[in-house]
Order: sequence, then C-alpha cells, then structure tokens
Amino acid sequence: MKKIAIVDYGLGNLRSVMKGLEKAGASPFITADAGEIGSADGIVLPGVGAFREGMDQLGELRDAVVRSSRDVPLLGICLGMQMLMERSEEHGLHPGLALVPGTVRKFPHQPGYKVPQMGWNQIRLEQPDHPLFAGFLPEEFMYFVHSYYADTLPEYTLTTTEYICRFASTIHHGNVYGVQFHPEKSGVNGLRLLSNYIGMC
Amino acid sequence: MVLTRRIIPCLDIKDGRVVKGTHFVELRDAGDPVELAQRYNDQGADEVIFLDITASKENRGTLIDVIRRASDRLFLPLTVGGGIRSIDDIHAILRAGADKVSINTSAVHDPDLISRGAQRFGTQCIVLAMDVRRNFTPNPEGTPVVLPDGSTCWYEVVIYGGSRPTGIDAISWAKAGEERGAGEILLTSMETDGTKGGFDIPITASISDAAGIPVIASGGVGTYEHFYDGFTRGKADACLAASVFHYGEMTVQSVKEYLVSRQIPIRI
Repeated sequence: MKKIAIVDYGLGNLRSVMKGLEKAGASPFITADAGEIGSADGIVLPGVGAFREGMDQLGELRDAVVRSSRDVPLLGICLGMQMLMERSEEHGLHPGLALVPGTVRKFPHQPGYKVPQMGWNQIRLEQPDHPLFAGFLPEEFMYFVHSYYADTLPEYTLTTTEYICRFASTIHHGNVYGVQFHPEKSGVNGLRLLSNYIGMC
Repeated sequence: MVLTRRIIPCLDIKDGRVVKGTHFVELRDAGDPVELAQRYNDQGADEVIFLDITASKENRGTLIDVIRRASDRLFLPLTVGGGIRSIDDIHAILRAGADKVSINTSAVHDPDLISRGAQRFGTQCIVLAMDVRRNFTPNPEGTPVVLPDGSTCWYEVVIYGGSRPTGIDAISWAKAGEERGAGEILLTSMETDGTKGGFDIPITASISDAAGIPVIASGGVGTYEHFYDGFTRGKADACLAASVFHYGEMTVQSVKEYLVSRQIPIRI
C-alpha cells in the first residue's frame, strides 16, 4: 500500500483527508516531520484558511515539501493548492512555494455572485487523457469553498471551473498537482480522484 | 456550468441521538445521526447540518464521537452547531472532522468570537446562525422590511431558541457578521419555523441582497414549491429542511428532481 504523508501545519480538517485517502486505498499518515515527509510515496498538502498564515505555519517544512516534490507526486488541496503557486494577492502580496507558475487572485465583485464560492460546481477536463482524471465524465461536480482562485497558463491547467470568471480548478507542473475543490468532501467523484492520485504515487 | 443551489437536511441531536422521530424503518438504528446522515448522503444531500441541543456539558463528548463517526463515513460537507462558546469548542469540532461550525447565541454575547474564529480557522468554516422575528414597534435602528400584505416591520435577532429578544436589527447583524469574517449565514425565521407555510421570503431576500456571503434559508418548508420560492423570490443560496425529510414526506432526491424540472441549477 502506498504511504501518503499528509502535511500537518496546524490548519485544516486533516481527519477527512486521511479518511478519504484510506477509503481510496492508501496508507496515509499525518506528519509534521521533514524526515517522514521525505520517506513517503506521495505528499498531500491540505489546508483551509488564509494564505499568509498557511505559509507561515508551514515554516521550515517548506524545504521538505519542495524537495520531495521532485521525487514523488505532491497534491495540494484548496489552500494547499494555492500555496503551490508563485504568489497570492490575499491581504497584500505574499510569496508561495512557486512550484507552479501563476498568481492567486481574489474573485472580483460581481452583482449576483456571493464570495466565497460555496457549494458544488463542475470541473471541465482540459486534458481529458490525464491519469488524474481517469474514469471521469467531462463535467463532474466537486465541492468548492474559496474566495481566491489560481490564475495560471493553460499548459499548467488540468481542469477549469466557471464562477465569476473561468479559473484553473486543477493545476499541475511535473510531479506537482493542486485542486481548488475538496476531493475528500466530493463524494464518489472525489474518492475517484484520490484513488487516481494514489495510483500515480 | 454554474454553482448549484444546495439542499441541506438538518438533524437535531441530543446526547448523541436524533431527536425527531423518523420514518426510515429500514434503518438499523433510526436514532443514530450517522445512519440518518448516510441516508441523506445517498439521497443526494449537498451538505448535512448537525444541531446539538444537548443541555449538559458532560454529554458534549458524545457529540464529538458522532462527528468523528460521521466524517469517517460521509465524504460530504458537515456543519455542526449548538452550544459553541469558545475557540476551543470550534477547534474540537473541526478536529473531529466537521468542516464548518455555526454560531448563534454566543455570537450575540461575544461578537468577537466570529472574528477570532475566522482569523484562526478561516472564513469558510464560520457560519453565523441567526434566529429572527418580526417587530412592528417603530425603531429608528431597525431596517424596514415590507411584508406581502403591504405592512412594514423590522426583523429582530432573538436568542435562546427564540425566547429572548435582543433589540438587534437582523439585517445590520448579518452585515456585521460578514465584516467580522463569517463565510455564510444560516437564517431561521421564528415567524415561519414549524408552520410548514414556506420560508419567510421578505427577510431571506433582504439579507441575501444585503450580504455578500451565501445565505441558507431555514424554517417553514412544507411543500416542494416552498423550496423553489426560497431560491427564487427568497434569493437563498441553500435551503435547509428537517421535518419534511425526517418524517419521510419528501426525500432529498424528490426535492432535487422537482427543482430541476423548475430550472433551478441543482446537482443531481
């Protein structure tokens, strides 16, 4: 069974991520230890909350995450995905892990649209043959909760979603993957994505 | 492709058991919140809310156990409310596997709890729950709301299950909650709650217009049409119901099929 390290930096609902990975067939463990992160077959960077606080809390685990992402697949979820980007405009301009080119931006105000986007929206497969989305229909529902979105180039975009603008709901660059939605809260579709991810580890 | 409107069943829980009876005779244990939530999950619920009405503090541990078991089996969003008074309470509930907490009376006593909770755990997991009632006594602080019969009132926030008025204007309170960092509003009108006469449309629409965050309409559902009205005239982002689901009068699935037939964007 694949050993998946869930990076614990004090934010987020780790229990759901862990149970989701277990259900999808992996042997996940929660850790804040750089050595343990380095020995895993895959790394999941979860997280909810504010960007800068997330980066601060990640602190010295940053190097371990970045280093390991050269060898094993890294999956960022929600805030964890946003932290993979170069920078975020959340409350100022803050640097991210810079593993995927692009900027995290706030949804612009638009009448009729609430922020955060909260609820189930569809993801459109921009690279339908990608193994992360094996077995997916073209437009499956996933559960989203976010006020900021990833602005990146099409070459780093696996899925897009439309809310106020069309944004990258799944990003990737080499071994690094990030999803804006919560696969651990998206029922069978989410579990399928986690299972596909485990298959790549 | 559009963000869909949500249908949210709510379970009242006391000492770890579902309070209202159910007609799900085929369940092994109809009083087990996890079994019931699983059933709603299978029917296509978009989220589930657990509302804890346990009076004694000693029995709070059973709630944590329920949340753990629920989040281990359900892979959908879970909100937990009732009796949350501190950052530690919020932390314990999120750690057990809930995604959001809803804060009601405590937010009135200590509005800063919303700010601190949002700062620590993120805006997305703090739901401001508010119970409201019509007040026809003139009040310069109260935002006027026109009712269907043409009369005008303001809506007052009430606490302790509606038994105590606060003098706080509901629309101002919703805006204040948003400014403090709440990510969503759960609005229950005491005028309609339990009546099965439909949601309180005037205040639901007013708060949805005034707030930039999503609004969950609650209280009063009795027919399929009421859900439709909640989303259209009430401008709600989500509709909550309890008894119509518990007593088997409707299923989440039948509500969703009805709404799809009325062109409401719904996840089926």
